[in-house]
Amino acid sequence: MSSNTFLGMPSLPVFGHGNLNATEAFPKAAHRELGNEQLRANLGHATHTIRDKRLKVVAELPDWEDMRNAGAAIKDATMANLPALLEQFEENFTARGGIIHWARDAQEANEIVTALIRETGETEVVKVKSMATQEIGLNEYLEEQGIAAYETDLAELIVQLDHDKPSHILVPAIHKNRSQVRDIFLREMPVVDPLLTDEPAKLAEAARRHLRKKFLSAKVAVSGANFGLADTGTLTVVESEGNGRMCLTLPETLITVMGIEKLLPTWEDLEVFMQLLPRSSTGERMNPYTSLWTGVTPGDGPQNVHLVMLDNGRTAALADEMGRTALNCIRCSACMNVCPVYERTGGHAYGSTYPGPIGAILSPLLTGIKSEENNSLPYASSLCGACFDACPVKINIPEILVHLRGEDVDSKRAKVKVPTQMDLMMKGAEWAFSGGAKLNLLERGLPLGKLAAGRDKVIKKLPGIAGGWTQSRDIPAPPSQSFRQWWAKEHKPGAAVVPGNTAEDAGNGSEGEQP
Amino acid sequence: MSAREDIMNRIKSALRDAPATPVVPREYRRTSDMTAAQRLEQLVDRLVDYKANVFLTPAGEAPARLAELLAGSASIVVPHGLPESWISGLENDGGTPAVHVDSPEHRLTTAELDAVDAVVTAAAVAVSETGTIMLDGGDDQGRRIISLVPDRHICFLNVDQIVEVLPEAIARLEASRPQTWISGPSATSDIELERVEGVHGPRTLDVVILT
Ligand code: SF4
Repeated sequence: MSSNTFLGMPSLPVFGHGNLNATEAFPKAAHRELGNEQLRANLGHATHTIRDKRLKVVAELPDWEDMRNAGAAIKDATMANLPALLEQFEENFTARGGIIHWARDAQEANEIVTALIRETGETEVVKVKSMATQEIGLNEYLEEQGIAAYETDLAELIVQLDHDKPSHILVPAIHKNRSQVRDIFLREMPVVDPLLTDEPAKLAEAARRHLRKKFLSAKVAVSGANFGLADTGTLTVVESEGNGRMCLTLPETLITVMGIEKLLPTWEDLEVFMQLLPRSSTGERMNPYTSLWTGVTPGDGPQNVHLVMLDNGRTAALADEMGRTALNCIRCSACMNVCPVYERTGGHAYGSTYPGPIGAILSPLLTGIKSEENNSLPYASSLCGACFDACPVKINIPEILVHLRGEDVDSKRAKVKVPTQMDLMMKGAEWAFSGGAKLNLLERGLPLGKLAAGRDKVIKKLPGIAGGWTQSRDIPAPPSQSFRQWWAKEHKPGAAVVPGNTAEDAGNGSEGEQP
Repeated sequence: MSAREDIMNRIKSALRDAPATPVVPREYRRTSDMTAAQRLEQLVDRLVDYKANVFLTPAGEAPARLAELLAGSASIVVPHGLPESWISGLENDGGTPAVHVDSPEHRLTTAELDAVDAVVTAAAVAVSETGTIMLDGGDDQGRRIISLVPDRHICFLNVDQIVEVLPEAIARLEASRPQTWISGPSATSDIELERVEGVHGPRTLDVVILT
């Protein structure tokens, strides 16, 4: 495609801003969040429930893997042809009366949305859950400009009324239980039944009453979008409660903020993603409501329809050849629900709008690995790979985590010329693992470790940088001989294979592949 | 440079390694091998699971079914293209609800819609595997607002509108029409992941399948 050819000077990546940065390093934030027992109990319950539901509905489909393969390929194809697809989308959306605006970063997007609201003369807007507007900090910005933004998604409403932050991209109030929700409603809703109980149905009813008048009188709505279809110029919002439908249908003006990576090339691609998304996110066969609109429909819905296309670091992520598949994310949150780290720390510990495994790669990709505290995020993982298995578009999160750790180390090394302890250890490991004989030599030191461990056979504190490992765990004393020493003893000359015992490189590769 | 040009240039610069465009493998199911009876059974099962009320009705008995469902209702709204025969049962009897017709010439206001007891519409297509009914703004379905504001939605479906898998429905729908895909009444699982039916959308969904 000719419009994809780049003719100008290659520019340096321009990173994103907004609610993407941790204000403190992950280990520190995680340490604090782990102390919150209510949070851990709520989270453990929630992640396990969704996990089980997801497995059940995924197992129902004979062609789930075929769908994942299609989904991954569609998104790769989207990124490879992004300029042409954006142009195509723009042409179709505009032809039907929609107006498109482009925002390089959070600030620009906020300014555009504010100006559009001002034009209507309104000072209040209703909002349907959107990660993009949370990323750019739109609500806070509007408040400074004297415009009140009302979140209408139940969970977002709970979080907003409590002046808190979402902790999960799908169930933002996952960290609150029912009695906490009731207390928030009683405290913050201007009109509320003082006898409100903590039954979820009653709480939902209270939310309905609280928002109904707002919906019926709202003149302006702000939304996100789950997908944009290039060949038709259609936008999609996937939801459950009907607050999305209210925002997308009732007001006169609709302003949607969407990342440039949310496109799909064709209408028919939606058949793949509307199967992948609901099953992966809420564990349902289909979410209760999906709305689709293409520009303006005369006489039906908002007649003043805007779309803000947001970069805010996405092009920087796209420039990272190893990391760009992170942009394929459809925000289903399946990776969070299976992550052993997220399950314990919760979403707040990640600092950014995007928590969990995807957040650990996406946030530093959007802001740059050197940005503030985000360089600790790629380490917030045990690389167990559960996220990769769960991801409906097969993003290899562990691989990108490792890649970003490499970037982080490189960027720090560029700053500090003196080799760090970690560098020295890694150099040592490189030497030791480069040949069986070298490893043998080192392993002869094992009995020393046993000595260091003492009578209770555990080592409680390792020296230097390795001390971090023993901060929260003891390590068992090493055995007096290694597997390789034992093997050599048991298989004296004449035995078929004695790895590493003959030539230095005889053991290469064989250790990891024992039958 | 405009923001648009700037972003386009950034993208092109980011893609200067010219990543390959993969061929999309579409080996997933795109057509159904179920019989019509199996699809009907599956759709009913899914709808009931979503807590919708389902009624199987011979086509000739549509007016009687509607009259029965609306017993006790004071007023309803219908789109101007709804088959007149369906509401004929209502007009014969003096004790039945007032019928407001929403049309391009006479659009009901939000407040008027908020005051009616129910909306009656047809549908464009339904997917049995996921229990999804699609509305596309056709004359027998009306503007999106009329199937949203009233608290009860009575939706008529012909048995030949039921397909099994989503790709079959996508093939029948036209993207540029304003659409609402409905899978059960409005619901939330935001409080302790307990599914509760009925938040902002219609809290009651009645599906009448004409056989
Ligand atoms: S990375 Fe994959 S699993 Fe995680 S939210 Fe994105 S699409 Fe879902």
